[in-house]
Amino acid sequence: MHELSLMEGMVQGIQEEALRQGFTKVHQVRLEVGRLAGVEVEALRFAFGPTTEGTLLEGARLEILELPGRGHCQTCGEAVEIETRFDLCPACGDGFVVLTSGTEMRVKDLDVD
Amino acid sequence: MCTTCGCGGGDAKLDGRPHSHPAHDHGHDHGPERPGRRRISLEQSLLAKNDALADLNRKAFAARSILALNLVSSPGSGKTTLLEQTVLRLKGLVPVVVIEGDQQTSQDADRIRAAGAPAVQINTGKGCHLDAHMVGHALESLAPVEGSVLMIENVGNLVCPAAFDLGEAHKVVILSVTEGEDKPLKYPDMFAASDLMLLNKVDLLPYLRFDVDRCLAFARRVNPQIQILRVSAQTGEGMDGWLAWIAAGRTKALAQRDAANV
Repeated sequence: MHELSLMEGMVQGIQEEALRQGFTKVHQVRLEVGRLAGVEVEALRFAFGPTTEGTLLEGARLEILELPGRGHCQTCGEAVEIETRFDLCPACGDGFVVLTSGTEMRVKDLDVD
Repeated sequence: MCTTCGCGGGDAKLDGRPHSHPAHDHGHDHGPERPGRRRISLEQSLLAKNDALADLNRKAFAARSILALNLVSSPGSGKTTLLEQTVLRLKGLVPVVVIEGDQQTSQDADRIRAAGAPAVQINTGKGCHLDAHMVGHALESLAPVEGSVLMIENVGNLVCPAAFDLGEAHKVVILSVTEGEDKPLKYPDMFAASDLMLLNKVDLLPYLRFDVDRCLAFARRVNPQIQILRVSAQTGEGMDGWLAWIAAGRTKALAQRDAANV
């Protein structure tokens, strides 16, 4: 359940940004979370309510954009999509896949006042 | 909670006491005039806050030539016994300090102090891992001398600690042979994040159906670069290899300081 800590970190980061950029209310948060990031999207949603309570994010809408796991095979060179982090290449069934995306977990943007 | 640094939000305790931020000024200004509702692009990692604090820890370690190791494993892998034995063997040779992370109790820190090393217990309360913020505070009270080895025993959990950089030089994953040989595949992130795997309790192998080669192949599948040592903290088997690995890391930490001083 480190999703709770991740959400606490997110709230702190946004609070710092609020002071830098001069906003006092967040209406919407958009996150990008890769399928291979080791994070449960549902747990993030669950943690969002309690961690934002009493902050400038209270009541904000949370949108989570899930990104697929993509990479290329070290053996056959094919660009492939994989479901779990250490799957062998689905094209040739043999090589390791070097990831190019899918492990992201970041705040993409905010709607603020 | 302070809205600038976010401090005061956690319920982590150091040696049973709430931690504090004494030299902290909370007289913040509130930025420029607000231009109304708008969308701002952030592209900020959810771990950005932790990673920034981990960088501060790493700089503090480098400044004092400290080798920091983050010991991770599931509960019951023998981390604390391994640490006790390591402290006993390094006593008088290398200054060792220990940060113990557990949800509750100070039993582990008590064991390490009894073995002869200064130790701070962090109780994470409900938290499932240590983070860079807690370690930074523990460092303040431990004040390790130059050239120390800092062992951080993370909360027993093969999942969450993988994501949280503490500023360490290496994560060391401990897997005991009573846990099953397929753990590297079931919890790949932790094995992928670690530079060294200690296969512990190897003295029990004659009593178990545990295929060592299969286990090591699984570990190398998720992390082709991982180094592996077989040890038994109980009998002492393999401990020399582990101590040699620590010594090599310490030599490197000291050499970096010397290089910086030239």
